[in-house]
Amino acid sequence: MSKLIVSSIGPASSVQDGGRPGSQRYGLTPSGAMDRLALAAANTLVGNEPFAAAVEIGPFGASFTARCGAVHIALSGASRSADIAGRTVAFDTSATLADGETLTLGFAKGGAFSYLAIEGGIAGEPMFGSLAVNARAGLGSPYPRPLQNGDELQVQRASGAAERRIELPEQPEAPIGILFGPQDDEFSEDNKNLFLDSEWTISATSDRMGYRLEGPVIKHLHGHNIVSDGTVNGSIQVPGNGQPIVLMPDRGTSGGYPKIATVISADFGRFAQISAGHSFRFKAVTMAEAQAEARKFAELLRTLPDRLRPLESLDLNLEALSAANVAGHAVNAVDAATWQVAESATS
Amino acid sequence: MAAREAPPRLLPSGDSAITVEFSRDIDDAANRRVLALDRTLAVAPIAGVTETVPTYRSLLVHYDPLQIGFEALGEQLLTLAQRPDPAAARIRRWRIPVAYGGEHGIDLDDVAKALNTTPDEIVRRHVAGDYRVAMIGFTPGWSYLSGLDKFLHMPRRQNPRVLTPAGTISIGGVQTGIQCIAGPSGWHLLGRTAVRTYQLHRDPIFLLEPGDTVSFTPVDARTFAEQDRAAEAGEFVAELVAT
Repeated sequence: MSKLIVSSIGPASSVQDGGRPGSQRYGLTPSGAMDRLALAAANTLVGNEPFAAAVEIGPFGASFTARCGAVHIALSGASRSADIAGRTVAFDTSATLADGETLTLGFAKGGAFSYLAIEGGIAGEPMFGSLAVNARAGLGSPYPRPLQNGDELQVQRASGAAERRIELPEQPEAPIGILFGPQDDEFSEDNKNLFLDSEWTISATSDRMGYRLEGPVIKHLHGHNIVSDGTVNGSIQVPGNGQPIVLMPDRGTSGGYPKIATVISADFGRFAQISAGHSFRFKAVTMAEAQAEARKFAELLRTLPDRLRPLESLDLNLEALSAANVAGHAVNAVDAATWQVAESATS
Repeated sequence: MAAREAPPRLLPSGDSAITVEFSRDIDDAANRRVLALDRTLAVAPIAGVTETVPTYRSLLVHYDPLQIGFEALGEQLLTLAQRPDPAAARIRRWRIPVAYGGEHGIDLDDVAKALNTTPDEIVRRHVAGDYRVAMIGFTPGWSYLSGLDKFLHMPRRQNPRVLTPAGTISIGGVQTGIQCIAGPSGWHLLGRTAVRTYQLHRDPIFLLEPGDTVSFTPVDARTFAEQDRAAEAGEFVAELVAT
């Protein structure tokens, strides 16, 4: 076994996987990754099952050091500067830390959460089939809490598998799809329209339980207390102050505020990646559209291995870089991470 | 009998869950129908349903939209909601020991004052109750019980407490509840039990099921301390009463 030492890490970083659904009837929330596509992409790059446990890294920087052998890793999700002992590491590619080398990550750019997957996953003791951290319930392994400086993750020694990259579809800047309900009848048509037609900003007080939205006040027809009922990832509650809260994977399993709408499952990860202070809009879709999107999303997850490519030679990278420059984006030819950002900006 | 009742409302909770709503209010009859549909789904599963979450007034049905669509699932749920409760005869009865008042129930005296009676009378009425686990939610093992004596109905605290202890037995509104892990609460704390409704590394991890019935037995502080040690070691201190 090798070890990955958490040399430094900010808040809101924890081991997450596909979560532990199945016990919500006992009040146990599923937890799991905020952005399942990014988790699956990172895992696919290092040959893991898509929802194997990985490190979900919040907005701040972090560094990890390999000990007792080399460690094969991959990064996906919110891009950020990344290097191993001075060598730049691109997102959506795999890379290897030699024994003693440190992976250094900067602040998240263009997203909230990045995923660090490790070949072979993270060793731990699953509870309800999951290592995902749910600090309130005392669950999560190897640590039932967010990661802290000095923590050690037991991981497999790198097998020597070739480095790869994964071609992910562009993430559209489109509005976040919602389905009205289950309690949209607690709101007037005017207030439902206000909800749809307004720009919303993610509050700095958001966390893995809920994203608080700042915008116009949404008024209730009959007050803000309902008899508690069940919640899902993406339930949009409107509490007394009229500022919606979108429930995230560490939500309570039941809640007593009217839920005006629900984020569609295919857009949930994209929504989770909107960082504090950033604005977005909602768009109402039909059930048929939402379920068609859910099927497309499942198909994308299923076919991630088909999107793996061998890591290109530097020559090919330079070609891509020069193409990006032609499109008018200033690109540092030796900084693959910057190239990554420019690539998504061009198309 | 069930066939004469109004059908539940089917409310979309996104593209992967349906809220089957039997009532908008806390309503014992509605809760019985919720639990009946939950048990029906357990014995007659619908392909594509991944998980059910009973609450006071509705059953949240999680499903995989790749396996079944909203319309088809909704239709089947409406049909199943008309079936008689398959398991009404096999309800478990639990006796839960509670240390009332003092440091274990810091609101008991205030509740008695607010209701113009004595702490003993509050305890007597709370112990006399025959409760049903209407739902479990909010945090692991937090069991909401229906059947609270009307005399004990009172509004929740103006200022919810940020932290209340594990095992708290409290009242709020028309409900009483068993709280498993320490956490925030706006309810009035009457006592504490050593019973863990949620305990890792014990089989089963979750003690109570929605639909179980519960009664409380007063114990003194010393017994609570003994039971708490035993429970910490993984022993059951709740008594399953033969039916």
